Amino acid sequence: MTCTALQRFEDLVAALRDASRADEQFTLGYNAEHSRFIRFNHAKVRQAGEVSQASALLRLVHDRRQAEVQFTLGDDRQLDRQRLGEALEKLRRTLPLLAADPYLRLDESPWQSRDVQAQPLPACSDVLAQIEQGASTLDLVGIYAAGSICRGFASSFGAFGWHQANSFNLDWSLFHANGQAVKANYAGQAWDSQALAVRLQQARNQLELLGRPGMTLTPGSYRAYLAPAAMDEIVGLLGWGGFSAQALATGNSALQRLYNGDAQLSPRVSIDEQVTGSLSPMFSNEGALRRDVRLVGEGRALERLVSARSAAEFALQANGADSHESPCALSLAPGNLPSSQILERLGTGLYISNLWYLNYSDLPAARMTGLTRFATFWVEDGRIQAPVSTMRFDDSLYNLLGSQLEDLTHERELILSTSTYEQRQTGSSHLPGALVKGLTLTL
Amino acid sequence: MFDSSALLRQRFAALRSQAEFFSLRHVRQSFQSLSVRRNVAEPPSFSEDQGAMLTVRVKGVEAYAATADLSQTGLQRALEQAEGLAREIAAHALLDLGDQPVASGRHDHLSPNLDRPLPSLGEWLDLLARESASVPKDPRLVDWQASLGIGHVEQIFLSSAGAELRHAQRFLFPGVSVTASDGHDSQSRSLGRENFGQQGGLEVIERCGLVGASASVADQALQLLLAPNTPSGARDLLLMPDQMMLQIHESIGHPLEMDRILGDERNYAGTSFVKASDFGRLQYGSAKLNVTFDPSIDEELASYSHDDDGTSASKQFLIRDGLLLRPLGGALSQHRSGLQGVANSRACSWNRAPIDRMANLNIEPGDRSLEQLIAGIEHGILMRTNRSWSIDDARNKFQFGCEWGQLIEQGELKGVVKNPNYRGVSAQFWRNLSAVGDRSTLQVLGTPNCGKGEPNQVVRVGHASPACVFSQIDVFGGDA
Repeated sequence: MTCTALQRFEDLVAALRDASRADEQFTLGYNAEHSRFIRFNHAKVRQAGEVSQASALLRLVHDRRQAEVQFTLGDDRQLDRQRLGEALEKLRRTLPLLAADPYLRLDESPWQSRDVQAQPLPACSDVLAQIEQGASTLDLVGIYAAGSICRGFASSFGAFGWHQANSFNLDWSLFHANGQAVKANYAGQAWDSQALAVRLQQARNQLELLGRPGMTLTPGSYRAYLAPAAMDEIVGLLGWGGFSAQALATGNSALQRLYNGDAQLSPRVSIDEQVTGSLSPMFSNEGALRRDVRLVGEGRALERLVSARSAAEFALQANGADSHESPCALSLAPGNLPSSQILERLGTGLYISNLWYLNYSDLPAARMTGLTRFATFWVEDGRIQAPVSTMRFDDSLYNLLGSQLEDLTHERELILSTSTYEQRQTGSSHLPGALVKGLTLTL
Repeated sequence: MFDSSALLRQRFAALRSQAEFFSLRHVRQSFQSLSVRRNVAEPPSFSEDQGAMLTVRVKGVEAYAATADLSQTGLQRALEQAEGLAREIAAHALLDLGDQPVASGRHDHLSPNLDRPLPSLGEWLDLLARESASVPKDPRLVDWQASLGIGHVEQIFLSSAGAELRHAQRFLFPGVSVTASDGHDSQSRSLGRENFGQQGGLEVIERCGLVGASASVADQALQLLLAPNTPSGARDLLLMPDQMMLQIHESIGHPLEMDRILGDERNYAGTSFVKASDFGRLQYGSAKLNVTFDPSIDEELASYSHDDDGTSASKQFLIRDGLLLRPLGGALSQHRSGLQGVANSRACSWNRAPIDRMANLNIEPGDRSLEQLIAGIEHGILMRTNRSWSIDDARNKFQFGCEWGQLIEQGELKGVVKNPNYRGVSAQFWRNLSAVGDRSTLQVLGTPNCGKGEPNQVVRVGHASPACVFSQIDVFGGDA
């Protein structure tokens, strides 16, 4: 698929240009992947398979009316052209039924973007052999997902984007016999056996600490360190409309008090949508060229994520967001805490590796709840004492990243999305850990 | 309907394989999303998708390959890819499925009223526009939306053992939501949307109550904006069906999934506080708790004749009189665990393999009318319509929030309260079930958004429930 996917897309674009009429405008998005998925349980292969899929998203515009259809492509030039023709006809039948769309805005620039990263991936047998060698005596559970991903975009105005990359994501947990577990991940575009061995050993070391007798905390406020993976859950929840121009304009954003000036975060907090240098395509499926956007600067709200539609509806300037207006490459600026001093600066409190299943207790107040999961430790005088059983927190973002934030780590982690809903995702976040003076535990 | 059957049957018969067993599961699905937001129609969105998964068993090891290339060559190539992968992983395989029975049944299953046409696109948009326009003009009403999703799914399952199982289903997801804001606080109220979906035709819209609902939904959003916060403390909790469905889903459904108990999901969706040894022994809830897996309620979202592994589906009690009886485990999980389960091996589409999922998971009705439930509460609160959900990876410690709360004092409904939240522990919560509503309080609900699995999958699940009362639950409000 590596070299033919682009040809298939170009062929589809050419067919669409031929079929479209002078008074019609179109955009055509393209998604394809060839993926191998191998699930593990007890360090053995539980389920394995391959998925080859491709789809196109055609939007047709005529007389200020628009509609879109997504359709599967079948790896056959004639069949794909036939499906494109059927999609076009469906949209032509639909548009006359619609009223003119007052929020229609089209990017008429003929932008060009091409990015191909086709590093070879390891043989499946090599990956299996290395996992067996490194984890055969361990209770390892997780998934290896690898293969090519392609994203394309073209418009009737001459815009053309192509993004193609080979990548892998090995996401796993090691379980102790007592039920405690540590989470780890090895993802990227160039496989390095030594790097995987190091990560397996790091997880193995944490697993030994999890074998100590556990302790259960009572509800209350605790000094805590939130590792980057835990921070990823918090900023992931904020991504659900937090920075969205539409959500902010309609009372549906958790950050509405930050953006209307009623609340602030700590001056240590600066948040960017940092697409440049990330693994995400530089364009969205809807055709917007993504941009770097400073969302929060030194604790104060700055820009929001604005789609073309929101720009028209709320008289704003579009800045590359797609219709969901969620970040795809969120970056939280580093702080001054060296990672080597985390335990010392924490002193006595909780070391939280991961959080899980966050949601809002009170959305306008940015009050969120969630649970500890994987490798949470009680620390006394800078030394790990015992693993802690699952605890629920319920606290406001304005505490966690506001009045209670003591520092952020100087070093950050690049966290690549493991999400495979519908297709392998390309999102990422670049985050430090956070030391907080008080985290409210409730259950 | 089933236009692809003859061709697929012919191509399947022509496939050549060294495997001792192989199957083809073809899925063709379409969806249309319509919405009118703040009196402006959003661009309609359509999707058309089809493909096939080829699954093989080679010397007791199974593997799959999924492809959208449905030509003879494409299917043969996918079959060979699956065979090659099965051989590649053989030395590392967790399971030997050599003696696992295979599906061989033949049956067609159709959604109710599938042959009755639906209104045209223009008629649907008119309906949604009317609902949107019915929201009163009030500067505090800052956002509102009337929406409808319609899905069609056809699936054909063929196996080398002679199975031919066909499903044709239609799903409707209507909804209205309104948000009120005073610039500092905001409150939303909704009908349907993520909390309602059914199989069928136009009658689903009627059962949802969509037509003419917008004005009252908007009024309730404004009431919430003016309401005090939910007070903190222990109260009897009356949950209406559109919150019961979430409670059932998270704290009965997920913990009873056998693949979680067997450890497959520990890296992502999580494990379970329930152990394999608990079945037949654990008193999960009070004696008033009766929970069924029921694929036979025509309109419920996950009603079907066979699951995606080809196992015949029938109604089974998972919990009877509070006693835990059987897990949500399909044929493979039953084979692995030695426990009797149900036909719940399901996949979201052709590109994902079946795993243990919820399907229709229901609470059987009791003997109290809604009036009797309320009259039996001295100091309590009614909550309806889920808006927030969070539960630990063992599906034990939970915290849920609703859109609408109403206090109950001395057996009477009192004032509206906003931000109604409650928390508890699954292992104890169901033992506090003190009263169960009768059939007049029961609603057949469901959601299109149940996520699980590696690689990830979202499936439709149904939940039918009466209103239920739980004694002495920790409730609380928000900060605003």
